[in-house]
Amino acid sequence: MFDTLTDKFSSVFRNLSGKGRISEENIRESMREVRVALLEADVNLKVVNDFCEQVVQKAVGQEVIKSLQPAQLMVKIVNDELVNLMGPVDTQIYTVTPGPTVIMMCGLQGSGKTTTCGKLALYLKAKGHNPMLAAVDLQRPAAVQQLRTLAEQTDVPIYADDTKVAPHGEVARGAAVSVARAAVNKARELGRDILILDTAGRLAIDQELMDELKDVNEAVKPHQIFLVLDSMTGQDAVNSAKAFNEKLELDGLILTKFDSDTRGGALLSAKMVTGKPVKFLGVGEKLDRLEEFRPEGVASRILGMGDIVGLVEAAHDKFDMEQQTKLAEKMEKGEFTLDDFMSQMGQIKKLGPMGKVLGMIPGMSELAKQANMNGEGVEGHMGRMQAIYNSMNRRERKKPDMVDAPRRRRIARGAGVEVNEVGQFLKQFDMSRSMMRAVGGMNMFSRMKMMKGLMSGDLGAIAQPGTNMLRTKRSGWQEPKDRNKKKKKR
Amino acid sequence: MGFFSKSIDRLKTALKKTAEVLNTDVRTLFVPGRQIDDAFLDEIEEKFIRADMGVKNVQIIIGAIRDRWRLGKIRNADEAKDVVKEIMLRDWPAEEREIRFNPNGPTVIMVAGVNGAGKTTSIAKLANLLKNRAGKSVMVAAGDTFRAAAVEQLTIWSERLGVEIVKHKQGGDPAAVAYDACEAAKARGIDVVIVDTAGRLHTQQHLMRELQKIREVISKRIDGAPHEVILVLDATTGQNAVNQAKNFMQCVQVTGLMLAKLDGTAKGGVILSIKDELNIPVKFIGLGETPEDIETFDPQRFVDALFGDETA
Repeated sequence: MFDTLTDKFSSVFRNLSGKGRISEENIRESMREVRVALLEADVNLKVVNDFCEQVVQKAVGQEVIKSLQPAQLMVKIVNDELVNLMGPVDTQIYTVTPGPTVIMMCGLQGSGKTTTCGKLALYLKAKGHNPMLAAVDLQRPAAVQQLRTLAEQTDVPIYADDTKVAPHGEVARGAAVSVARAAVNKARELGRDILILDTAGRLAIDQELMDELKDVNEAVKPHQIFLVLDSMTGQDAVNSAKAFNEKLELDGLILTKFDSDTRGGALLSAKMVTGKPVKFLGVGEKLDRLEEFRPEGVASRILGMGDIVGLVEAAHDKFDMEQQTKLAEKMEKGEFTLDDFMSQMGQIKKLGPMGKVLGMIPGMSELAKQANMNGEGVEGHMGRMQAIYNSMNRRERKKPDMVDAPRRRRIARGAGVEVNEVGQFLKQFDMSRSMMRAVGGMNMFSRMKMMKGLMSGDLGAIAQPGTNMLRTKRSGWQEPKDRNKKKKKR
Repeated sequence: MGFFSKSIDRLKTALKKTAEVLNTDVRTLFVPGRQIDDAFLDEIEEKFIRADMGVKNVQIIIGAIRDRWRLGKIRNADEAKDVVKEIMLRDWPAEEREIRFNPNGPTVIMVAGVNGAGKTTSIAKLANLLKNRAGKSVMVAAGDTFRAAAVEQLTIWSERLGVEIVKHKQGGDPAAVAYDACEAAKARGIDVVIVDTAGRLHTQQHLMRELQKIREVISKRIDGAPHEVILVLDATTGQNAVNQAKNFMQCVQVTGLMLAKLDGTAKGGVILSIKDELNIPVKFIGLGETPEDIETFDPQRFVDALFGDETA
């Protein structure tokens, strides 16, 4: 989709290239695709319209017109503007002394409040706090029990009072207030520095329950109020976020179920309408799956570009940096061997399930899907490469050029693959090597991009590393140095 | 008509409620006598997109109005409304929207959906509907063994509704729960078994395979089972609901949808996209938190309600 967006921009501008002028009107026209992309991602209509207008103004100001690659510059402006809108980033949990700092969670039914309470407790614990949970959801059957289980799992104390649970069909209005009050006292008594209140799910239009929330708010005056919102929410995200914000003056947003394939427009909508920072994203069922929010990844996701920054960060954490440096040196000297090739592959594997990793790279989610469709999976494909590698002897690994037909047959037998697969594997390595030589010192994205080409056998992609690459520079990452050299070689 | 329309009064109230909750502000838009112009088209676009109908659908509708308007076939808002209704009403799965019962032995209804869609509450509603309005004996199976206290939640509902429940400990094998429920239903001559499952994101392949396994176990215990596989969708969900429906369909052959939480401000317009892409009938809608807040879905009524029209 990142690619498609660039393509769409290109096609709009290409038609005009003969005329040599790109007007504001053309920019506007090109924004139509962005508008559709955002609406498909469930971004609120008004937000979309404002956003597009802003981008047009920016684009005109930045003289896209004079740019040599207007399409790519447009993508950058759109991306940057989205990131900008989702900021400023503030994932800090503010605490007060003396404690306890009271955090109240609220939201619609099924948004994931209770689970998020558990996740937040675990997160705070890891940060050195002493959190405590309080079961103020007295409406939903077994909600108290659920929070109690989560408290056990996270080994965090809980305040709960089963006698206060609302009888079927009634609202436990006064009860919620008294439970919340008692919980605060208990937390103080136990010396816990943070208290997390789990409240009942409610519709923004449910006056009675909204009033209950207000009562709790006035009674215990929470220091932080977070709205928990399902990231798959559609246009209604705005209504709910607005209603909760008006009633309670929110301090932050937590978007859940971000591990689904939602494009996550609800996040942008809710952020825009409340003006409150997104604090966390829930990204899995396990209790440690709570991530601090950062807009870069989400911007590309809303546009359908894949989360390249997330990948880079994951790569940063998991890649053996020393090995990477060595590799970079080798590449510059043109000494890229089959061993390096395989170790590189292994590094990528460490990032997580291949399908997921690929999904984070622009344009590669398709490849992941294809691989899955073959029933083999990306892992399967890599596994076969590994098998071939394992069946080669040391000399062959050092000098793959020596692998002739008889050797190929022997390796294929050893690896349990077809003979031509061995040939393919070596060809892939060969291409990879010549690429590595050509672009030694190239940044990691580009290498990733190449991996894509290698794995899909898409020679076109390999032939053009550097095209469609991430434009936003981050310190420490370099743009490819010498495309000209590479072109000459080819 | 089926067993739901026993009480005509109840139907009327429900109808009114459906109309109230589904009512977007499109009513104010289609004022009789208003002339069609570009501003009018923009307004339609805005309101329909806000109802989560999806860009594609909205563009089709707007395109149709614009074409006819330019050709001079229609001039005012009333005529435009007819065009919109005609488009919205076409291509709904003609299939029966009521539950397919097993003529010999227990009917098994499997309920699935993403986390927090409203499965357990929807099951309570279905159980209530089948027991109190259709006079069936009902058993629920606590197949959500994953989420903390999900078993307790369903147990509370089963007590409130007076239906039987089959449950294991949390963390147990959901397929084993389904197995036991099927056997128990056969042994005790139960009419309908409703199998709850843990909420799962449609993107989690291992969990989707687990769902498949539950389905297989059920199909081996009772002939033709599960007779219904109901996917519960949250009406506040945006275009992602299409992906949900697609993946669940592929995995467990969904036979019908239940659109939950329609009592909020969300309009559930995404079912129009689902209708276009997948041939799954919407069977029920959920309109509140009590077990009585369930109705059968009817496209005509849905669309009429969207426009605030009274259905006869």
